[in-house]
Amino acid sequence: MAEANLEDKKTKIDEAMEWVDARFPATETWEYHLSKYWAPKNHNYYYVFGFLGIVVLVNQLLTGIWLTMNYVPTDERAFASVEYIMRDVNYGWLVRYLHSTGASAFFVVTYIHMYRALAYGSYKAPRELLWFVGMAIFLVLMAEGFFGYLLPWGNMSYWGAQVIVSLAGAVPVVGPDLVEWARGDFLMSEVALNRFFALHVVLLPLLLVALVFVHIVALHHVGSNNPDGIEIKKKKDNQGIPLDGIPFWPYSIVKDLFALSVFLFIFLAIVFFAPEMGGYFIEIPNFEKANPLKTPEHIAPVWYYTPFYAMLRAATFPLFGMSAKFWGLVVMVSAIAIPLALPWLDKSPVKSIRYKGVLSRWALRLFVVSFFVLGWLGVMPATKTYTIMAQFFTLIYFAYFVLMPWYTTVEVTRPEPERVT
Amino acid sequence: MTKLSALLVLAGGMVLHTSSWSASATDWPMEEFKGDLQDLPSLQRGFQLYTNYCLGCHGLEHQRYGRTADDFEIPRDLVEDNIIFTGQKVGDLIKTSMPPVPAKVWFGATPPDLTLEARLRGPEWIYNYLKTFYVDEERPLGVNNKVYPNVGMPNVLLPLQGVQRAICEEGKCDRLEVEEGSGKLSVAEFDQVAYDITNFLYYVGEPARLERQKMGVYVLLFILVLICFTYLLKREFFKDIEH
Repeated sequence: MAEANLEDKKTKIDEAMEWVDARFPATETWEYHLSKYWAPKNHNYYYVFGFLGIVVLVNQLLTGIWLTMNYVPTDERAFASVEYIMRDVNYGWLVRYLHSTGASAFFVVTYIHMYRALAYGSYKAPRELLWFVGMAIFLVLMAEGFFGYLLPWGNMSYWGAQVIVSLAGAVPVVGPDLVEWARGDFLMSEVALNRFFALHVVLLPLLLVALVFVHIVALHHVGSNNPDGIEIKKKKDNQGIPLDGIPFWPYSIVKDLFALSVFLFIFLAIVFFAPEMGGYFIEIPNFEKANPLKTPEHIAPVWYYTPFYAMLRAATFPLFGMSAKFWGLVVMVSAIAIPLALPWLDKSPVKSIRYKGVLSRWALRLFVVSFFVLGWLGVMPATKTYTIMAQFFTLIYFAYFVLMPWYTTVEVTRPEPERVT
Repeated sequence: MTKLSALLVLAGGMVLHTSSWSASATDWPMEEFKGDLQDLPSLQRGFQLYTNYCLGCHGLEHQRYGRTADDFEIPRDLVEDNIIFTGQKVGDLIKTSMPPVPAKVWFGATPPDLTLEARLRGPEWIYNYLKTFYVDEERPLGVNNKVYPNVGMPNVLLPLQGVQRAICEEGKCDRLEVEEGSGKLSVAEFDQVAYDITNFLYYVGEPARLERQKMGVYVLLFILVLICFTYLLKREFFKDIEH
């Protein structure tokens, strides 16, 4: 009797699912992306940062929507409306700190995620398009952060945006017109504030969500890389399941949930106990309203742009009849764009740093050091010594990419294992 | 992951190394200030002192009387009767009645709004600023300040503190001394006044601070429990997988 009942029940659910599946690929999608998506079983904790990125994205979207309900993008009200949110809106302070801390968390998570890709060669065939989409996400994220940073209309917001927008002025011939066109005014004003708001809350979030979707589609088509950099799809059992694969649901998910709870502990500790993070997540001059007549003593971008800002400032001399400012712009744009070339720069027969040679290992180490040092230099005033340091580490940064075809060819690699370790 | 942790430590070190960049430039040896948002009598006195001595020129245009009264556990009608001098309602923002344009003519600069002063300059700065006015005949208002040299503000607390002079020794004028009996309050009493006003501004800078920290403790405790459970869940599932 009991067995018959069970079967009846099962049939009803099955029937319902069949009805749905005939009209929408529910089961198929669930299996393709989760229960029958095979993640390499040797994934380490570097592999949780993609999931954490999605969590932070959702946090930014939700808190952003709630902030928009009370934020007013006008010269008169922008700064005051943020303080209104901090004081008069119920839990507005929490929503705002979740959003401001979330911005920094987004970059922490993204940078570690990108480092993981560098270390394990995740940009190499067949994952070039996955890498491109990821880079596009990174670019949109930088733009999103930049536009969002103007919105509190604090004095650092104002002058930071002023500095970055005026960079377009270094473009030959059309530069000055370009700056005016971008600002929509002769100086940073409510016009710029309004368009930055539109881009920050509509266009770029849409792009971001769409690109993240495409990123996942691309990933699930080629399959995840792993710390050994070998393809688990090459060794399958007689049912076509990779021998070294484990289903994403539930295995990767429970691991991600554990990582998420650790992440939340750190993230919320900052939100509740150090939301300004010593002036790095919320810069101190931003507690003063935007003032076109009062330049902050020391303009520094938020920490996540500082490596690129340091490289921008590292160009200090004119060359070929072009100004130093122009070359700074070229250096900065190249620094951001050059990782796109990685799939072709890396000539190594192996993917993972575990089996690459000693040159690759040192190149990666120096690259990481240069990124951190440049990040630090970007918040410091540009003194003579610091500028020379910035120039030196800019060279190191680019050397990682430019010399890659050479050092990945000449070095001796170790043999990749047959199966994951 | 050990490398990752090492990098995080490195980054943390850099942050610590550079975290003094926001401090205002002054070489005055600052006296320490420790705000106490649970000290309601201090905050209540600070509120009263502020409306008596500061609000004439400096508004708190983002903060409301009512919210402040509630947070300080003062009945709203008491605030309406005794603290609001500007004819405003208790639900209104704490605005100054000083007109900004003539004020610029009178003082050389419009007195700034102080809602976020404690976040901009830090409460320690405010505390020391209030205490370091001294007689300087060369200044138009007859006073100068050690923390904010050549400030355009008169010493509004002078009747309470008394006449303070800079004592010069060996070419340095680093010691401040109050003429005995020239003010209504003793040195210790005046310190308390400066403390209360600063503590009040510390509160106004971020009125949700106390609530934030209290809530944070519970949130983090909850997450700690969550970490235990998600860890056990992960361990249970991964028992299936041979390495």
